Amino acid sequence: MSVKSQRPGFGWAAPATVFFTAFGILPIVIVAYLSLTRWNGLGSPTWAGLENWRALPDDPDATNGIKVTFLLTLLSWLIQTPLSLLLGVWAAGRQRSRAVMSTVFFLPLLLSTTAIALTWLSLLDPNFGLAASLGGSDGNLLGSPTRALYVVAFVIAWQFVPFHTLLYQAAARQIPTSMYEDAELAGANALRQFFAITLPQLRNTIIASSVLIVVGSLTYFESILLLTGGGPGTATRALPLHMYIKGFVGFDMGFASALAVLLVAVGTLLSVLIVRSTGYHRMTSEREGFL
Amino acid sequence: MRPARLGKVIVCVIAMAGLAANSGCGAVLGTAGPAAGSRNRIQVWALQDAQNQPVIEAGIREYNRSAILHAELLTYVNDAYKQKLQVSMGSPNPPDVFFNWGGGNLAQFVRSGNVVDLSTRLRRDSNANIFLPNIMQVGQVDGKQYGIPMNGIQPVVLFYNKKVFADAGLKPPTTFDELLSLVDKFKARDVTPIALPGTQGWTELMYLEYLLDRIGGPKKFEAIVAGRPGAWRDAAVLKALEMCQDLAERGAFGRNFASINYDNTGASKLFATGKAAMFLMGSWEYSNQATANPKFVENGELGWVPFPKVAGGAGDPKNVVGNPSNYFSVSAKSAHRDAAVNFVVSMTTSKQYISALIEAGQVPAVKGVEKELEGSDNAEFATFTYRMVTQAKSFTQSWDQALSPSVGSELLTNLQKLFLSDISPQQFVEAMEKAK
Repeated sequence: MSVKSQRPGFGWAAPATVFFTAFGILPIVIVAYLSLTRWNGLGSPTWAGLENWRALPDDPDATNGIKVTFLLTLLSWLIQTPLSLLLGVWAAGRQRSRAVMSTVFFLPLLLSTTAIALTWLSLLDPNFGLAASLGGSDGNLLGSPTRALYVVAFVIAWQFVPFHTLLYQAAARQIPTSMYEDAELAGANALRQFFAITLPQLRNTIIASSVLIVVGSLTYFESILLLTGGGPGTATRALPLHMYIKGFVGFDMGFASALAVLLVAVGTLLSVLIVRSTGYHRMTSEREGFL
Repeated sequence: MRPARLGKVIVCVIAMAGLAANSGCGAVLGTAGPAAGSRNRIQVWALQDAQNQPVIEAGIREYNRSAILHAELLTYVNDAYKQKLQVSMGSPNPPDVFFNWGGGNLAQFVRSGNVVDLSTRLRRDSNANIFLPNIMQVGQVDGKQYGIPMNGIQPVVLFYNKKVFADAGLKPPTTFDELLSLVDKFKARDVTPIALPGTQGWTELMYLEYLLDRIGGPKKFEAIVAGRPGAWRDAAVLKALEMCQDLAERGAFGRNFASINYDNTGASKLFATGKAAMFLMGSWEYSNQATANPKFVENGELGWVPFPKVAGGAGDPKNVVGNPSNYFSVSAKSAHRDAAVNFVVSMTTSKQYISALIEAGQVPAVKGVEKELEGSDNAEFATFTYRMVTQAKSFTQSWDQALSPSVGSELLTNLQKLFLSDISPQQFVEAMEKAK
C-alpha cells in the first residue's frame, strides 16, 4: 500500500475549508479592511487610511488592555496548570472515593459561563455576599483596582480547572503501570515517581493544556464583562473587552477592528511560539507502541 | 464591489458572527426572509420592560382595531437592543418604528439619513401639541422633530431614608454644604452617607450633571454637546469634577462603592435597609423600591428632595437632569412611512395611552395631567416629579445619551477613574477633549 492511498483526498477537507473560509478567513479580511476605515455601523465605511492604527499607541486604555491581558494570561497559567495537573493525577487513581470527589470537582464544567459569573457576582457582593466576610473590613474585592484582576483570574480558574483536570486525568491513566512497578522495585517513593515518571510522561499534555490556557486567556471576555465590566476604572479591561466596548458600546467600528487585528496577530504569534519552542509541532509520541 | 454594497455585506457578517440573526441579511444574500418592505405590518421595536410594555401593547391593540395596516411589537433587552438597532438601521430592512433615547443616540441615525422628520405632521395636527416643550426638545435634531415622547419623564431625584434621618435627628439637605456636613455626620454614625453603585459609570454621572448645572447653568453642557473646542476645559466643569472627586475621597459613598452594582439591586437594598442614608437616582427608583422592598415604600420611609443648591452657582436650582423620556421615531427606509407616522402620532397622543401610562406608575411628558396624577396610586411622588419637571427652565438629558455613543462611553470610563482617584480632574478634561 502506498503512503498516498492511505491519505484522504482534498475532497474530504472541502466542507471544513468552505466553512473556515466563510466564517474564519473572510471576517478577518473584512476586519482588516474595516481597521482602515471610519464607520459607526450606519451607512458605508469611509476610508481613513492608517488613522486608527496611528491612534492606537495614544489610547491609554489600549496600552492598559495589553498589560491586563498579559497579566491575566500569566495568572491563569500559573493558577490553573499546577492545580489541574495535581488534581488530574490524583483523580487518575482508581479508589472509589476519588470517583465521587472527581465528580464533584467536575461540576463547574457543566455550568454555563454566564451562570458562573453571575453566581460569583452575587457571592462577591460587598454588602450582602460572602465578600463581606472575606474581603477585609469593607468587602471591596471586585471594586478594588489592586485586587479585582486576581479575583477575576480566580473565577476563571474555578471554571476551567475541571476541564484541564480532565485532560491530565486521561493522560495520566495512559501511563503504563509497568513503569511504576519498575520504579517501585527500584525503591522510588511516590514523590520521586511523580517527578521521574508522571511529569515527563505528561509533557505533551502540559503543552496542549498550556496552549489552550494561553490562547483562551487572550480572547477571554464574558466573565470579565459580567463580573466587573472591565472596572473598577479600567483595572480589568482586557484587550478583547476594550475592543467590544469600542465597537459595540461606542460604535467606533474602525478602531475596534484595529484592536481585533492586533489580537489575531498576537494570538497567532503566541501559539506558534509556544508550539515551536516546545517541539510540539513534530507531534512525536512518547508512548510505547507508537512512533 | 461598491462601498455601499460592501457595507451591507459587512453588516451581515457582523450580524452572523455575533448578534442575533438579522432578517436584513436574508434580503441581501437573497436566501431567506422577506425582502425590504414586503412586511404587511408596521413593525415596532421597543425595550423589554414590565412597566411600559403592557401600555404599548394596549395602545397597539387599540390602534389595530380601526387600522387597515396593523402594527406589531417586538421587544429586546436594553444592551442587546442598542446593538441590534445600530446594526439593523444600517441594513436595508430596519424596523418601521423604533424606540430610542433622543439626543446623540437619535442624532447619529438622523445624520445618516435614516429617520423621518415629523415636524410638518405635528404642526398640521393640533391634537398633537400636548407634550411638554422641554421634553420635546430632546427629540429634536438641528431644530427638527424626529422623536415623540412615548413614556414617562424620569428626572434624577435625591432619595433619602426617612427612618435613618429621623434616628439621627437630621434633615435632608437643601444646599451642597448641608450635604457635606450630613456626610460627616452619617460617617460618624457608621452609616454610608450616600449609596453609589460605582460599578456602573452612569450612576456617578448624575453627580457631575447636577453639579455642573448648579455651578455653571445648562449652557456649559450645551457647549460640550455642540463639540466646541475647549468646552470640557471650562472652569465650571473643572469645579464640578473637583467636587465629585472630593465627595468620593471624603467617604460620601463608603469605601466599597466600586464593588456595588445597580442592576442586581445591591445599591437599592443598601439604601432600603438603612445601611445608606441617601441615594441619588432616576425617578424609576421609586417603582423599583415599590417592587423590591414594598414595606419600605408602604411605611412611608422613602423620602425625596430635589438636588441641593450650590452656593454662588450660576445655575437655576429648579433645573433638572435625567432622562426626559424615551421616544418613538420612524425609519426613513420604512415601506409604510405614512402609516407608521400616523401610528406613532395617534397612539402617543391618545387619551387612553396617556391614562394607561399614569396607571402604570409613569408621569407622562404631557401638559395638564396634574389632576389625573393626583388621583393615581403613587400620587405624592408622581405630582412631585411632574411639578419638578414642569417648573424647570431646563431639563438636561443624561450626558451619556446626549453625546454620541463613542464620546459617551469614553465619558463613563474616565468618570469611573475620576471617582477612584486614578486620574485628576485636569487629566479628565484633557482625555475628554481628545475623545471624538
